[in-house]
Amino acid sequence: MADTLTSFDENPHGLVDFPMAKEQTCPFDPPPALKRIQDEQPLTRVRLWDGSSPWLVTRFEDVRTLLSDARVSSNALGDGFPHFNAAGKARFQSNHTFVNMDAPEHPRMRKMVTRPFMVKRVEALRPQIQAMTNELIDEMLAGPKPADFIEALALPLPSLVISELLGVPYQDHKFFQDQSAVLAERDAAPEKVVAAIDALRDYLGQLIQAKRKSPQQDLLSELVTERVDNDELTDQDAVELSILLLAAGHETTANMIGLGTLALLQHPDQLALVRETDDPAVVSKTVEELLRWLTIPHLGRRRVAAEDIEIGGVVIRAGEGIICAADIANRDPAEFENPDALDITRDARKHVAFGFGVHQCLGQPLARVELQVVWSTLFKRVPTLALSGDFRDLPYKHDALIYGLYDMPVTW
Amino acid sequence: MRIEVDAPKCVTSGQCVMIAPDVFDQDDDGIVIVLDENPAEGQRGVVEESAAVCPAAAIFVIED
Ligand code: HEM
Ligand code: SF4
Repeated sequence: MADTLTSFDENPHGLVDFPMAKEQTCPFDPPPALKRIQDEQPLTRVRLWDGSSPWLVTRFEDVRTLLSDARVSSNALGDGFPHFNAAGKARFQSNHTFVNMDAPEHPRMRKMVTRPFMVKRVEALRPQIQAMTNELIDEMLAGPKPADFIEALALPLPSLVISELLGVPYQDHKFFQDQSAVLAERDAAPEKVVAAIDALRDYLGQLIQAKRKSPQQDLLSELVTERVDNDELTDQDAVELSILLLAAGHETTANMIGLGTLALLQHPDQLALVRETDDPAVVSKTVEELLRWLTIPHLGRRRVAAEDIEIGGVVIRAGEGIICAADIANRDPAEFENPDALDITRDARKHVAFGFGVHQCLGQPLARVELQVVWSTLFKRVPTLALSGDFRDLPYKHDALIYGLYDMPVTW
Repeated sequence: MRIEVDAPKCVTSGQCVMIAPDVFDQDDDGIVIVLDENPAEGQRGVVEESAAVCPAAAIFVIED
C-alpha cells in the first residue's frame, strides 16, 4: 500500500493533501490525483487544512452506501467533522440547520420546507421560469457585446426564482447575492462569513416579521403562519431556514447554468443536438449528464462516523471524518461507460451530483426545471452564442465551495 | 410486479415522480404516494430505475 501512495504529492505525514488542484488544461475534470486514488486506493485517508485526516471515498458504490447509512452523521457541531475550512466551520456553527442534523431532527425540520419543492408545484412554475428566461435573454441581446453571461442570465435567473418562491423582494438582490457569494467563498475569513450570515439574519428576520402582519403566497409567510404559529418552529428556526434556502438557491444553480453552458459551447456537436431538438426528454438527459460530468459541489459531501463502519476492507472508526467525493464517483468507470466523455445521449440519472441518502438535495426538482428551461431556450434564441476569448483564461471558482465561473464573456 | 413504499423513509426528493409519473406521486408534504400498485409490465424499466435511484431506499418492487 505504501508504495502506491508515493505517486501522490505527499506531505511529511505521508498523507495526500485534500482538496487537490484541478489540471490547468481541463477545467471540467476532477483533479487527476483523484482519478489515481480511485484506481489504486479507493478508500484512503487524506490530510485537511486543519491537520485532521478523514477518510476519502471515491467509488460510486461506496459513496452511495455510506451516504445512505444511518451510522454516518452530518452533525457538524461535534468533533471529527471534516470541515471545508475555518470559514465553513464558522458558517455551520452560526447558521445551524437540518443540513447538519441527523434523525429525528433532520426529517422533522426538512419537512417544514418541502412543499414548494415538490415536482408538481415546481412544474407549475415552469411558465413563469420560461418568461423570466426569455426576458433576461431579451435584455442581454439588447445590451452591448460582449456580455457577461453570469451577470446576464446565470445568476439573475435562479436569484429571481428563489426570491419569488420565498417571498423576498428582488429589488434587494444586490444585497443578498453579495452575502450569499461570501458564504460560498472558500478562503473567506471566518469573521467575514459570520458577518454575512448576521446581515442575512437581520434582513430575513425583519422580512419574516412583516410577513406575519401581512402574509402572502410564499414560503416565508407559510413558515410563519403555519409552522411558527402552530409551535412547530421557533421564529429563530424560521430565520435560519430562510438563510439556508436563500443561499442554497444562489450558490448552486447559477454556477451550473454558467459552467454547463460553457461545457456545451466547448462541445459543438452536443450543443447542436440540444439546439435542434423539441423533445423534452433530450433536454432532460442533457441536464442530467451535465450535472454528472461537472458535479459542481466539488469538495465532497462531509460526514462523521457515529459508529464503527466496515466497508471495502477497511474499518472507519466512530468519530472519524468521511468525505464522499461525488465528483470522482460520478466518473467511476464501474458505473458509467467512458465516464470522462460528456455524452448527453447517455442515461445519467443515477448520478450523485445532488448527493444521496436522506440529505439528497431538497431543491433538485427546481434546479432541474431551471436548467431545462435555460438550455431548451438559449441556443434556439441565440444560435450564434459564442465565448469571447479563450476558455482556458476564464476565472474559474477553484477557491469556492461550489465550482463554477466568476464571469464568462459571451458574444453572438 | 407489485410496488410497495416505506413512506416514513421518503425524503421527498421527487426522483420517482420524475422518472415514473404514472406510478408515483407526492402528497401535500412531498411524501411519496403510489398511484398504481400493480403497474403494467411496460413500466418495469422506470419502476426499477426509481427504486434504484431513490436516495432513501423507500421503494420496493415485489415479484409475487
Ligand atoms: C444545480 C443545482 C444544485 C446542486 C448541484 C445542488 C447540490 C446539492 C447537494 C450535493 C446536496 C447534498 C448536501 C449533503 O449531502 O451534504 C444538496 C442539499 C441541499 N440543497 Fe441543493 N443543489 C442545487 C440546487 C438547490 C436549490 C435550487 C435549492 C433550493 C433552495 C437547494 C437546496 C438544498 C437544501 C436545502 C439542501 C439540504 C438538504 C438536507 O440536508 O436534507 N439546492 N444540494
Ligand atoms: S425517490 Fe424515494 S425519497 Fe424520492 S420522492 Fe420517491 S420515494 Fe421519496
